[in-house]
Amino acid sequence: MDTILELRNITKSFGKTEVLKDISIQIGKGEFLTLLGPSGCGKTTILRIIAGLEEPDGGRVFLNGVDVTEAEPNKRDVNTVFQNYALFPHMNVEDNIAYGLRIRKTDKKEIAARVAQALELVQLSGYNKRYPHELSGGQKQRVAIARAIVNNPKVLLLDEPLGALDLQLRRQMQMELKRLQKRLGITFVYITHDQEEAINMSDRIAVMRDGVFEQIGTPAQVYDLPKTSYVAEFVGNANLIHGRTIEIKDGVASIEAAGGLVKATVRDKQPVPGMEVTLAVRSENIKLYTCSSQTGIKCRLKEISFAGGMQKIFLQLEDGTEVVSSSLGMNLAFEPNSELYMSFDANHGVLVDL
Amino acid sequence: MKNRTKLPNIYLAFLIILMYLPVAVVIAYSFNASRQSSVWGGFSFSWYKELFSDRSLIEALKNSLIIGVLSSGIAGVIGTLGAVGMAKAALKSKGIIEYISTLPIMIPEIILGMVFMAYFSLMKLPFGMVTLVIGHASFCIPYVFMMVKARLAGIDKSLVEAARDLGASETKVFLDITLPLISPAIISGMLLAFAMSLDDVVISIFITGPRTNTLPIKIYTQLKTGVTPKINALCTMMLLCTLVLVVLANFIGRKKPVKD
Repeated sequence: MDTILELRNITKSFGKTEVLKDISIQIGKGEFLTLLGPSGCGKTTILRIIAGLEEPDGGRVFLNGVDVTEAEPNKRDVNTVFQNYALFPHMNVEDNIAYGLRIRKTDKKEIAARVAQALELVQLSGYNKRYPHELSGGQKQRVAIARAIVNNPKVLLLDEPLGALDLQLRRQMQMELKRLQKRLGITFVYITHDQEEAINMSDRIAVMRDGVFEQIGTPAQVYDLPKTSYVAEFVGNANLIHGRTIEIKDGVASIEAAGGLVKATVRDKQPVPGMEVTLAVRSENIKLYTCSSQTGIKCRLKEISFAGGMQKIFLQLEDGTEVVSSSLGMNLAFEPNSELYMSFDANHGVLVDL
Repeated sequence: MKNRTKLPNIYLAFLIILMYLPVAVVIAYSFNASRQSSVWGGFSFSWYKELFSDRSLIEALKNSLIIGVLSSGIAGVIGTLGAVGMAKAALKSKGIIEYISTLPIMIPEIILGMVFMAYFSLMKLPFGMVTLVIGHASFCIPYVFMMVKARLAGIDKSLVEAARDLGASETKVFLDITLPLISPAIISGMLLAFAMSLDDVVISIFITGPRTNTLPIKIYTQLKTGVTPKINALCTMMLLCTLVLVVLANFIGRKKPVKD
């Protein structure tokens, strides 16, 4: 895939706080890349550096192979959809959308045609003469998107564009945005703190924490094969179990944890026997038994809850670790406070933080 | 329960009467045919006729209007540029500079008047229209400055960033985004400045020349020689003008949507 945007060793501090610590990434043409992380992790700063609204302390920004690190924001072929939409309150929808085109001195007929097309794309045809204060949150959102895409930018930056919308509208807009991005073929750099949103929409996800990328990969990679315990918890809501490797045989590590024995497939990085390791297991992959088998950890059932057709069983291991197991349906097979054994397939146990 | 709801209303009515009764009396007596203000001699426009035929009064009115328009105009430009510049500046001494800029409102007028007089005679400026315009403009600037500053503080910074992002240069952003959004504040600041200039007596007395009269000075000197109902007519006319200005300012402020 051709690279359209590249960040090379970007650093940025505000006063004494280091917001970005050596950030590097290449973003492909037509890619939907999501920067996922909690608030304050530096994702908005990355976006502002790409847009030119903030200058990095170190590192370079390349757009389509050209170094734009020092370029003014109005000289970059990049447009932004702001978190609070930032629609011009004194202009109607049409003038808002046409603003970028008018500055480029586009022909009047072409402006009219492109504005109409953009409005149709975001399903707001006929709203030309409305003012921003006459629109609902979702409609403002669409206008903000139309105002950005009408300029055919090389890269579109979206800063938590759905953050202010209610859940139902957010789901709907997620689908629409994804469809729009496929249709236009524009590269999207999308910011969110919602892992579900990231997994639904992205081609690749860059999970951020305290100014660094913890992991960059496809949604499946990030979800199924987290590299760190942070990614496992933040993206997959995984359980973390601490233990010690006993032996490694045929690509499977046997691990002693909380007085039991479990197995995990060894992937790119090899642990050594006797090493302290952390295992990430997602709740849906945990199996429960009433009697001991060869592999498994003894645990006590603390609580059972039901939500959205899912049964969640809260367990406590002997070393105090809390583990959640979930399954579809509501068949209550176990008594509260009963003693159980938990286990999982070796390929569902992921060794993290290696 | 009833007393509770009635008492504030009575208080409000009392206040309104206290404020507007003198005004109403002045308006009523401007139509009084009798020369004595204690006697109602029937309805008449005669004082208005006399008012418009008094050439020195009309001259003073003309001067006041010229000074008002020029000084509020100058204050409008300087005050706006100052507020916009200060909003962008990242100075340590910003707070102090802003405080100094608004100080003229708090300094007693008599001191300002004396200072202006001393300064202008040092500069060897001929006392008259020029000194009046300069003096008025300088005490009018804080009104515009404060209004625009407050307005700028309420404008979302991301609007400017969005315009830059869409390709606008800094100058274009100012003309397309900032200026339209602060224009109601500029206009109301200028109207306030105009009103301040129009009714200023203290400072004007210090800095006016021997042959230049402003309307308030003229009225003041006439009062000393005896009140004629002509003054009532003049006050009514000025009241009408002010009313028109206020309604206009309100209309301009309301027409444009401020926030989205």
